Amino acid sequence: MFNAYWSVISARYRTLLQYRAAAIAGFVTQLFWGAIKIMVMSAFFAVSTEPQPMKLVEVVSYIWLGQALLGMLPWSVDKELEAMITNGGISYELVRPLDLYSFWFCRTIALRTATTTLRSIPMLIFALLLLPLAGFDEWALAAPGGLVVTCVFLLSLVCALLLACSFTMIMHVILVWTISGDGLNRILPSFTMIFSGMVVPLPLFPDWTQGFLSLQPFRGLVDVPFRIYTGNIPALEAGPDILHQLIWSAVFIFLGRRLLASSMHRVVVQGG
Amino acid sequence: MYWRLALSSIKAQMQYKLSFGLSAAGQLAGTAIEILGIWALFTRFGSLPHWSLSEVCLFYGVVNVGFAVADGMATGFDHFGVDYVRTGNFDRLLVRPRGLILQLLAHELAIRRLGRLVQGLIVMVWALTDLGIDLEWPMIVFLIYTIIGGTCLFLGLFVFQAALSFWTVESLEVMNTLTYGGVESSQYPLSIYDDWFRKFFTYVVPLACVAYFPILLLLDKTDPLGSSRLFQLLAPVAGYLFLAAAILAFSRGVRHYTSTGN
Repeated sequence: MFNAYWSVISARYRTLLQYRAAAIAGFVTQLFWGAIKIMVMSAFFAVSTEPQPMKLVEVVSYIWLGQALLGMLPWSVDKELEAMITNGGISYELVRPLDLYSFWFCRTIALRTATTTLRSIPMLIFALLLLPLAGFDEWALAAPGGLVVTCVFLLSLVCALLLACSFTMIMHVILVWTISGDGLNRILPSFTMIFSGMVVPLPLFPDWTQGFLSLQPFRGLVDVPFRIYTGNIPALEAGPDILHQLIWSAVFIFLGRRLLASSMHRVVVQGG
Repeated sequence: MYWRLALSSIKAQMQYKLSFGLSAAGQLAGTAIEILGIWALFTRFGSLPHWSLSEVCLFYGVVNVGFAVADGMATGFDHFGVDYVRTGNFDRLLVRPRGLILQLLAHELAIRRLGRLVQGLIVMVWALTDLGIDLEWPMIVFLIYTIIGGTCLFLGLFVFQAALSFWTVESLEVMNTLTYGGVESSQYPLSIYDDWFRKFFTYVVPLACVAYFPILLLLDKTDPLGSSRLFQLLAPVAGYLFLAAAILAFSRGVRHYTSTGN
């Protein structure tokens, strides 16, 4: 049984890896974006006289990690699934001897990881190795502070992937649920972007918003793993943050399953 | 002629009211998070060197209004490679007794871009009021001339992208770096950026000429980079010239074009 799900992941992953030209274009775009963000942040830090909740070096690393791992965020849906839902191909999905939610979840894992690996590896090489070699030390991604930090960061990154997939699944279920889900799915990514910390690192938001920001689910996507990487959250104190990621993933998976099950009761396949 | 085609395009899009409303709302949310980000940074850090929040909002508003109009008009050019060249549909445009540029502009007037436009206008008007700028006629004319300059420049980028698709249909997404990246970067004053970046957006893609320089004149502010008032007054012309150059490149492309056949 587990084998079937694993082959779904690996087959989809290999299919999605084919889009190399788009990956190169994405790489250039993200370098450019990273450069803009770093210059803007440096300008702000240049006027700041009091100590800030994050150091500029940490912000720079946060920005590069964000550019490298952008594809992992739940910003899009699986185009093939979307087409299947509108043209009725979904009925084939229903006859498969696999649990529908788990099957789609596997496709989602492939969607969130394939483009990300293509984009993140050159980006990390560039920001971690080439920038310091070229003499742009203050622009470079800093190496993580030791083995423990790296391991905790990777663990939290896996949890972030789980969270991202479980939220993408909510977006997929919305598509099944209502035909105008497309519009809703255009609004949701904006919330994901701002509340995950992609637009501005969350610690830099005003102090009175911090209480809310630390509870909401999207910080688990970006803010938690990146701050562990930069050392802003000490690796050995990261337990509650990783638990936060896991709890929200469980909530989204539970919700997604319930919504999918209830909409499958109502599904009417038109035509044969 | 353009207005008749544009009107019919708007009517067609209004047929799906809910879908239109949601995608406009999606656009609005997408741009709203940018302004939220700018606000968060200003609350945290107080100010930028030489620049206040309302001044930065003026940059944001002017650039976004200019871009939203261009983006709404240019769908035909944006999809040109995929929808026309690759499919061979371009031949159909060539045999019609109307100008190519007109037909491509009329491909669709994407009113879902309204979200960005409305928001840009709101932010711009708020910034102007907050800064207490007297909006007398010469100022209004200058502002409109600047915004149209911006629209021309972004349209020019889309036309260049379409022109490139005569040679290659691959990887034109790179052009998005210049369009969306351009909008993103010109929301902040040019003086905060590094030298190579400033030069690129002044001389290669003259975005600074339709945002940074004219707005300095509007604010009656001395340029930390030391440009003269006369230069600031004339700078938006670069946007108009950029569009002209793009159209020239496009016509060269048309001559180079051989159909993919049907």
